[in-house]
Amino acid sequence: MLRDRTAIVGIGQTRFAKHLEESEKALACRAVLAALEDAGIEPHEVDALASYTMEETDEVELAKAIGAGDVTFFSRIGFGGGGSCATVAHLAMAVATGQASVGVAWRSRKRGSGRRPWTNTAQQLPTPAQWTRPFGLLRPADEIGMLARRYMHEFGATRDHLFNVALACRNRANQNPAAIMYERPLTREMYMDARWISEPLCLYDNCLETDGALACVIVGAERARDCRQRPVYLHSVAQGLPAQHHGMVNYWNDDPLTGPAWTAARQLWKTADFGPADVDVAQIYDAFTPLIPLSLEGYGFCGRGEGASFTEGGALELGGRLPINTGGGGLSEGYVHGFNLINEGVKQLRGVSTAQVPDAATCLVTAGEGVPTSAVLLRT
Amino acid sequence: MDTMTAEGLLLPWPDDDGEPFWDYARRGELRVQACADCGRLRFPPRPCCPHCGSFEEEWRLMSGRGRLWSYVVAHPPLLPAYAERAPYPVALVELEEDPRIRLVGTLTNSVRRPNAPWNAVPPQRLRIGAPVQAVFQAVTPEVTVVRWALCSG
Repeated sequence: MLRDRTAIVGIGQTRFAKHLEESEKALACRAVLAALEDAGIEPHEVDALASYTMEETDEVELAKAIGAGDVTFFSRIGFGGGGSCATVAHLAMAVATGQASVGVAWRSRKRGSGRRPWTNTAQQLPTPAQWTRPFGLLRPADEIGMLARRYMHEFGATRDHLFNVALACRNRANQNPAAIMYERPLTREMYMDARWISEPLCLYDNCLETDGALACVIVGAERARDCRQRPVYLHSVAQGLPAQHHGMVNYWNDDPLTGPAWTAARQLWKTADFGPADVDVAQIYDAFTPLIPLSLEGYGFCGRGEGASFTEGGALELGGRLPINTGGGGLSEGYVHGFNLINEGVKQLRGVSTAQVPDAATCLVTAGEGVPTSAVLLRT
Repeated sequence: MDTMTAEGLLLPWPDDDGEPFWDYARRGELRVQACADCGRLRFPPRPCCPHCGSFEEEWRLMSGRGRLWSYVVAHPPLLPAYAERAPYPVALVELEEDPRIRLVGTLTNSVRRPNAPWNAVPPQRLRIGAPVQAVFQAVTPEVTVVRWALCSG
């Protein structure tokens, strides 16, 4: 069992902006060195690395730039934002099994400056693109919009429910000086009048397009006690690729609305000492607002079809039933493939978030729902 | 092989498993891969049957009847040729023979109008569950795609 045998002891990040001058590689190095500095660990002690398959700075480039030592474990996780928590999970497994002792996970991305991935027509995957792209279903927003419309139809969810999600994230960003949307409040009127992207999704249902990088440092529990910061333990970790799942175009099974979150959640709770009712704060992957109700259901905060109504009455706000995305999330802090959600979870359990949940001792962090996913349960 | 039509629409880029689907579509037939041993339909096509493990396949003719499972209406930003057509609805249709098989396609307002513009059906006419019928549009001399005609009444 991995339970509490490893901990996150350092976090680091660059500034977030629509456009940063430095290269992705330089931003990656800055975030990693900041995380090591935060932990009080020398770069030459790093012997494990993990990132996303979409990360452009590879292990060789990163290790030699930061001055890592001999690296004995390195791992990449696929499926875009679905891999965020798995980077930490793989390092936890490597450290817990003695394959390495100091792990660094990171993500650096100039998604604000760079081109939108879906505009690259030369790099279309034949499966499943041959079944969608010719018909104008081009973008992740279209693919998730299809599921969102069906979800609204089956369960009576409305745009107001999606607005609840966008608003909670924006309100937290308004408390976070590092967030892109720090000084940009959102109103219901703005949301309802916003331009469409892919009906039923409007502009504010979509995450930001951000340049930035983040990293965190994982060590064994014993070492963690001697580090500079209060350790945040990895209580439980999980990945999820459900039977007959098809990625973001999950249109070809019995129930496309029961996504990878359900699979990851079963594993996550199986190896945890506590359950959804004991989670003080959650960082839920929010590339699109409908992913929140779907994830709330998958991770067991409510029953199937109840995710939308769960958002009512300020449930996702500070002081609500389950405060989420307390740094502003991908919707309003910055979209760096969900890595900012991991670091925000650590901040909450250190007690230093800009939107602190009083005495937060447990935090769920999730990766992208709707693609093969991952999640971690953090505790103090 | 061309990757786009003259107007700049993306053409299907079949993989080995998907090739027969497009070959049949070119002949005006909607066929779905099925296991030649246990008989179960499967989509998207793949090398072997996830139920019985058989590599024997057949391509079964579908009626072309289906129902709207969901739809979006796409607005810019889009690739240039798509932005010109926007806003346009895109349908996800469950097939009568097996509702787990859902095909993406654009909509037309009549089985007799396979070449109707993408916005031929106003989005406010769309309802989940509405019956649709497959029609075949030759988008180039080599490539035919399946579209969905909204059945009236």
